[in-house]
Amino acid sequence: RQELLKWNGWGYNDSKFIFNKKGQAEFTGKRYRLGGMVLPTFKEWIEKTFGASLEHKTTSRASLNVNDVPPSIVKEEFLQDLRATKISYSQDAEDRVFRAHGHCLHEIFVLREGMFKRIPDIVVWPVCHEDVVKIVELACKHNLCIIPFGGGTSVSSALECPEEEKRTIVSLDTSQMNRILWIDERNLTACVEAGIVGQDLEKQLAESGFCTGHEPDSMEFSSLGGWVATRASGMKKNIYGNIEDLVIHIKMVTPRGIVEKNCQVPRMSTGPDIHHFIMGSEGTLGVVTEVTIKIRPVPEYQKYGSVVFPNFERGVACLREVAKQRCAPASIRLVDNAQFQFGHALKPQVASIFTSFLDGLKKFYITKFKGFDPNVLCVATLLFEGDREKVLQHEKQVYDIATKFGGLAAGEDNGQRGYMLTFVIAYLRDLGLDYYVIGESFETSVPWDRVLDLCRNVKERIVRECKEKGVQFAPLSTCRVTQTYDAGACVYFYFAFNYRGISDPIHVYEQIERAAREEILANGGSLSHHHGVGKLRKRWMKESISDVGLGMLRSVKEYVDPNNIFGNKNLL
Amino acid sequence: ETASHSLFLCSQQKELTSKKRDEFEDILEERRLSSDLRYAMKCYTPVIYKGLSPCKPNALKSAVLQSEQVQYVIKQLAKEMGESPDIIQEEATEILDEMGHSMQLGAVRFFAFTLSKIFKQLFQRVCVNEEGMQRLQHAIQEHPVVLLPSHRSYVDFLMLSYLLYTYDLALPVIAAGIGKDFLGMKIVGELLRRAGAFFMRRSFGGNRLYWAVFAEYVKTMLRSGYAPIEFFLEGTRSRTAKTLTPKFGLLSIVMEPFFKREVFDTYLVPISISYERILEETLYAYELLGVPKPKESTSGLLKARRILSDNFGTIHIYVGQPVSLRALASGRINRCPFNLVPRHLPQKPSEDIQEFVSDVAYKMELLQIENMVLSPWVLAAAVLLQNLPAVDFELLIEKTLWLKGLTRTFGGFIEWPDNLCAKKVVVSGLSLHSNIARLVDGHVVLNDKGVEDGAVGEIVFRRALAILMCATYRNQLLNVFVRPSLVAVALQMTRSFRKEEVYSCFSFLRDVFSDEFIFFPGISLKDFEEGCFLLTKCDAIQTSQQEIYPTDKGSATVSFLSAMFRPFVEGYQLIFRYLSKETKEAFTEKQFIPGVRNFVFQLLEKGNTQCYEALSSDMQKNALAALVQLGAVKKKKLSNGFTYNVNQEDVSKILDMFDARIPVQKPVAARL
Repeated sequence: RQELLKWNGWGYNDSKFIFNKKGQAEFTGKRYRLGGMVLPTFKEWIEKTFGASLEHKTTSRASLNVNDVPPSIVKEEFLQDLRATKISYSQDAEDRVFRAHGHCLHEIFVLREGMFKRIPDIVVWPVCHEDVVKIVELACKHNLCIIPFGGGTSVSSALECPEEEKRTIVSLDTSQMNRILWIDERNLTACVEAGIVGQDLEKQLAESGFCTGHEPDSMEFSSLGGWVATRASGMKKNIYGNIEDLVIHIKMVTPRGIVEKNCQVPRMSTGPDIHHFIMGSEGTLGVVTEVTIKIRPVPEYQKYGSVVFPNFERGVACLREVAKQRCAPASIRLVDNAQFQFGHALKPQVASIFTSFLDGLKKFYITKFKGFDPNVLCVATLLFEGDREKVLQHEKQVYDIATKFGGLAAGEDNGQRGYMLTFVIAYLRDLGLDYYVIGESFETSVPWDRVLDLCRNVKERIVRECKEKGVQFAPLSTCRVTQTYDAGACVYFYFAFNYRGISDPIHVYEQIERAAREEILANGGSLSHHHGVGKLRKRWMKESISDVGLGMLRSVKEYVDPNNIFGNKNLL
Repeated sequence: ETASHSLFLCSQQKELTSKKRDEFEDILEERRLSSDLRYAMKCYTPVIYKGLSPCKPNALKSAVLQSEQVQYVIKQLAKEMGESPDIIQEEATEILDEMGHSMQLGAVRFFAFTLSKIFKQLFQRVCVNEEGMQRLQHAIQEHPVVLLPSHRSYVDFLMLSYLLYTYDLALPVIAAGIGKDFLGMKIVGELLRRAGAFFMRRSFGGNRLYWAVFAEYVKTMLRSGYAPIEFFLEGTRSRTAKTLTPKFGLLSIVMEPFFKREVFDTYLVPISISYERILEETLYAYELLGVPKPKESTSGLLKARRILSDNFGTIHIYVGQPVSLRALASGRINRCPFNLVPRHLPQKPSEDIQEFVSDVAYKMELLQIENMVLSPWVLAAAVLLQNLPAVDFELLIEKTLWLKGLTRTFGGFIEWPDNLCAKKVVVSGLSLHSNIARLVDGHVVLNDKGVEDGAVGEIVFRRALAILMCATYRNQLLNVFVRPSLVAVALQMTRSFRKEEVYSCFSFLRDVFSDEFIFFPGISLKDFEEGCFLLTKCDAIQTSQQEIYPTDKGSATVSFLSAMFRPFVEGYQLIFRYLSKETKEAFTEKQFIPGVRNFVFQLLEKGNTQCYEALSSDMQKNALAALVQLGAVKKKKLSNGFTYNVNQEDVSKILDMFDARIPVQKPVAARL
């Protein structure tokens, strides 16, 4: 799989944004619906939004320079023991660098222009639970540091090796533990090895007519074990739940031994749920090897939809009402005006005059007839799932609510495009990096009454911080509400700027992101809704969960892993 | 936290030392050249807040009434009192109607026209720093703005609105006090409402409904960027021209939307309005001496027309740098408490917040003081008061010039006419203030004679009146001089050169005078160091590691500085003496003022003291408040006002320290 993926960017090698010979933007490859399409207005949008120009280009190193890579330091005694277990391993530079990072901006930047100070010394590929037990035992015996590695999509610096780690660092890659062990149709559960990647899990379950319904934006690459370790959340959590609702049983190998429950029941009252020590432990306690997860029959019918609102305030009010009436579709998301414009810029060249005429008509209707200001309006995208009849009924209910808040139905197509962009958008950063534009996304959760204030203040803070830090061109600072709950929502921010003229863009970027996080916390938002803490957000942990709370987590760590074998230094 | 706290002070300090100020423009000049009517009818499209959602005054009121905040309190009260919420809601509506403004462009134009006429009559010039107006213009567009002018006269808020109209800025809504003031005057009150005034009751301590409605009214206007909000930190007009200690209620209300992040930021704009001659000067002096002030009534105001024929010189308005509340709060406010309670619930501010509000209030007043313009007459008045009953004219000029230099060294903002010789400057000051002092046979004397010599009491009263009026001008210097002067006083009181002792005494004086002058809370040592620094700067003292001593040529400065504050030292001594010996142990404020006034009056009649300023009810109240703060007097709130209980032993002890009979106890943790 490593061969299919970019070594210095997001996703598949064959899929990326490029500017073709005519200077028009294009998305390559055949994996996505956007693949092979020309995006005529995209170049203009980039130039207008970032003040970027195609003439000013930066280029990444074409390939990894093996001489820069820190040497692999592994004691022979350990290698001997390892060989005896027959578990495959590698000390190859490329293999090690590939597992030395996640997808934070600074990590990608290092790949393009520099080198990590510390990377794993050796990569091991266990193929089953027992292999993991052996590796952990060896690590304890030889006092090594293990960093579990699943899909590698972390955006919290969780995979970075602590620079000061003197012991041999073993990257434990779970990708070969990717089997579905069994499916229990009567209880609607499946026991799956933790290394399986999201899309493979859904594909294989679908063969039996099932799905988990867990679809984080990274599901093409992220793994089941990773979801558990970071408390992941999926796009369709309104129907299927977040990872903590989906998990029935977890098996984890720790330096103390194996931790698991004795039965596979929907709920139990046996003190604090030990699953909650595991979920979100971010690789600090052990390796998740097997997970029993709830499954559902694949839905009979899916329908996309979208609604245009005159402004963001009305849109949020509508989402709140939908949440209040507990009739949220599988997914409901609201993007602000800047993201609406961005989505617009990614519209492919239309095939026929008729479509273009139709588009023009729609635009005329919304802006002229209904009086929506194209620079203020915002869009909600919807995804319904279930029985055909129920979906249609449900759809009507949601559109009726939307109408009350001034919303206008804007078609299935816009909705579907919105969700497709979710997967494609991650590729965009690599294009930006080629043209002096750096950016990242981050998220939070917030009570309903503070959603608007938080969105406005965080965006404003970003703009101001950029100005203060000498960023020449106003940044892209935009947000969307991606999940609704009874008591609040999840908000996602995108932030990018043109860094020409700044000598240390990554440092500036990090300062601004930090300020934005401070702003989120001051506005009553959480440290993270689903990305996790890693090392990136550690400094706010005490404030987030109190001294005593932190002490509770620490004492668990001390008991489970007294010698800090799982020494990735995340979270605590 | 400590680091950011010191940052807060640091910026304070920096502002004190960098004194680059803007130039002034006379806005009346244009008025004298072109039609007032056309000016009043000009196309007025003011600069407004970028996030403004326009709203009529009545819609504003119903938004307040329907707000979660007010509805919550209504329901709460209904439950507690067993009343129907409708009745309480009705009450809330009445409160809103009593309170609300009804800003109208028509009224604004009416004011623009009449005020043009009146101001041109009354004042020679109205000078404004245009750069300040430009900064304000930016600020208004960017974030909600709170205007914090000094308060010396009723003219203040009229003038400020007039100014904003002139510069095409959004007109402010102004918090005005109800009660004895305007609401009695139907027509004027209504007119002011239409010009953007809203009214708050002077005291509504226990009334939760009133508080909720009022606070929400102000916050709604702030959050929506409806208009700049203007109020007076001092709470009322200072009768002495000395900045009053700040009130915190309104300030904490306007800060709350930022604490709760309902707005991104809020700008606080200190504005210093200084009058060469204060319109109400005579009124104030009478009031301070306990002769009841005439109630403001419409007819009374019409009588004031007599004043129109008089000349009140120049007004200087200095619009200070807008201060970002966000920047002030950065790192100082623990955000947790605001995140854990729904934002519409009334919450008692934490100690942290209270301390922060108080710090900001003092900071804003210090910024006002920094930019107050001092006229040459202010200097002359200070000299004159130290040389009663008469001072040689030439000496007055010489001393005034000397004081000008000293004042500038201390950072005072003097507007001295460029092209006039010192003599002409003083003469013109005398002629503007001919009701206070005049030139007789080469000597300047106070105007303290009645029509003919009456009884002793009459003479004392006349003299007191003249001295208090004159003091109103000297007072404008005091907050600029207070730090070096209190060092000078401490040097004289301790008769010691040991830094530690002088500091102890300084610190004690600072505590005693904490209601009299404006000190940033909790930085006694910094104030002391600043005082010493300024005295060193003017060569009055020399300091070493351990010692402070006056230089030979500096002794004149040191005695001048301490003499400047002698009326306060002596006045407080008299008042403390009264409290330690002459009064019952418990009394009300209503009993205290006449009691102490009689006591001082008798001493003056007998010639046992020359401290006329001790007759000022302002000083009397401040002295009492100081004792309350020092713990020697206990203040209790009863249904009919406050009652005071004196611990006479404690007061005597403080008096002894004050008389320098016993040394001042060392303040704890003094690090020198």
